[in-house]
Amino acid sequence: MKYYKPATFEEAVALVAGAEGVTRILAGGTDVLVQMRSDIITPDTLIDIKAIPGTHEITRTKDGGWRLGVAVTGAEMSEHPELGRDWPGVVEAMDLIGSTQVQGRATPVGNLCNGSPAADSVPAMIAAGAAVTVTGPEGSREIPVEQIPVGPGKTSLAKGEIITALTLPPRGAQGGDAYLRFIPRTEMDIAVVGCAVNLRLNGDVITEARMVLGAVAPTAVVVHAAADALVGRTLDEDALTALSDLAEASCNPIDDKRGTIKFRTHTAGVLARRAAKIAYSRAKGATA
Amino acid sequence: MSKTHVTTKVNGDEVEFLCDPRETLLDVLRDRLHLTGAKEGCGTGDCGACSVTVDGRLVCSCLMLGVEAEGKEIGTVEGIAEGETLHPLQQKFIEYAALQCGICTPGILVATKALLEKNPDPTESEVRYWLAGNLCRCTGYDKIIRAVMDTAAEMREAS
Ligand SMILES: Cc1cc2nc3c(=O)[nH]c(=O)nc-3n(C[C@H](O)[C@H](O)[C@H](O)COP(=O)(O)OP(=O)(O)OC[C@H]3O[C@@H](n4cnc5c(N)ncnc54)[C@H](O)[C@@H]3O)c2cc1C
Ligand code: FES
Ligand code: FES
Repeated sequence: MKYYKPATFEEAVALVAGAEGVTRILAGGTDVLVQMRSDIITPDTLIDIKAIPGTHEITRTKDGGWRLGVAVTGAEMSEHPELGRDWPGVVEAMDLIGSTQVQGRATPVGNLCNGSPAADSVPAMIAAGAAVTVTGPEGSREIPVEQIPVGPGKTSLAKGEIITALTLPPRGAQGGDAYLRFIPRTEMDIAVVGCAVNLRLNGDVITEARMVLGAVAPTAVVVHAAADALVGRTLDEDALTALSDLAEASCNPIDDKRGTIKFRTHTAGVLARRAAKIAYSRAKGATA
Repeated sequence: MSKTHVTTKVNGDEVEFLCDPRETLLDVLRDRLHLTGAKEGCGTGDCGACSVTVDGRLVCSCLMLGVEAEGKEIGTVEGIAEGETLHPLQQKFIEYAALQCGICTPGILVATKALLEKNPDPTESEVRYWLAGNLCRCTGYDKIIRAVMDTAAEMREAS
């Protein structure tokens, strides 16, 4: 295995484009090292992007959104004084990953590119409308996070392409997001179901809604119909029931030892209700 | 396989080593630097027995490569006592019998020291969540938690 620590993204892209055999990017390494250790994947080329300037920074963009470097960790996101005020759902989703030790290394971009259907930060990023900058030999383009995963362990990145930044849109007035997952324990487990909801209100009335489910299909599922069900109304019992029915109907889960199809489907509906209530109260100014 | 030359600081001392890029920081600490405090319980980030700090940040040394230590400051359990004087956490762990086989102890000491530096007055549930990635097969955790809470109280009084 060859290990490289490029000083620029141009250099990193040239290395990825020119590499033969199995290539991996080393961000926090919390997936890559586990896979190496279990002999699932032994990269021929490992490219550590953490020495590239700017990759550790969280900065406010001109339009009032956020730009996160690709080496920013879960711990750094949780400790940031303002990011979690704008996007508490994204920060809490990332914070659910692993232990304190894992938080010190794990990145949302690594979580996304590893391609697990149960990746916790991914539904929250999609619900928030996050985008990534994809850079390859031909240049850079910005694409929505939801276009990256294409199946378990698979992304839409072409050979030679890497992600060079993550952006979150401006939060704007009366918005709130939330992420919940179900695991059989309280910590250190993989989501059986995950659910992210992002809302905007005008007074008590919902004006924008996005719901995304994790771990119930090969990739995160954007429940587009959630907007039709919620926009123009308050989050009353009928709206919650409609949302929970939609969540259940959008599931295409596997049956395994951690959850049956029936259980996962039911749980998706329960989490949809609960996450929507939290997002709604945050949109109304709650800080919890 | 060509080896990489790495310069780093461990517990305040500058050290250099040569390592294969596939070696983890845990391998390097134990096999090249002969600091065997950090233990390998799982090698996959689940148990925390390998916990160290890197530039003050708590991490699993089994989930980091030795080559990534270049230019960093590593803290291990060997750096916790000052000479013969045990750190208050170490004293309390003995007093409370917060260890049995001791495999998890170095990782838990490094982890709780990092917690108390960040938060000198944690609640019990904050301690328990902080230590969720440090598994102990022997003690049932209760003595560990009590030792940490008492150390925190004593350190607050002393400062
Ligand atoms: C004990 C433990 C518990 C965990 N618990 C959870 C959990 O609860 N929920 C969860 O979702 N995950 C969990 N994980 C998995 C893992 O921690 C996360 O997926 C993490 O976010 C991965 O980020 P990383 O920076 O460590 O990625 P890395 O391991 O560095 O990289 C992961 C993948 O992404 C690719 N990649 C990284 N950066 C880029 C880039 N800039 N451009 C292109 N490709 C890139 C790499 O090539 C690799 O394939 C856990 C892992 C451990 C060890
Ligand atoms: S050996 Fe590193 S976490 Fe278990
Ligand atoms: S004392 Fe034996 S594992 Fe904790």
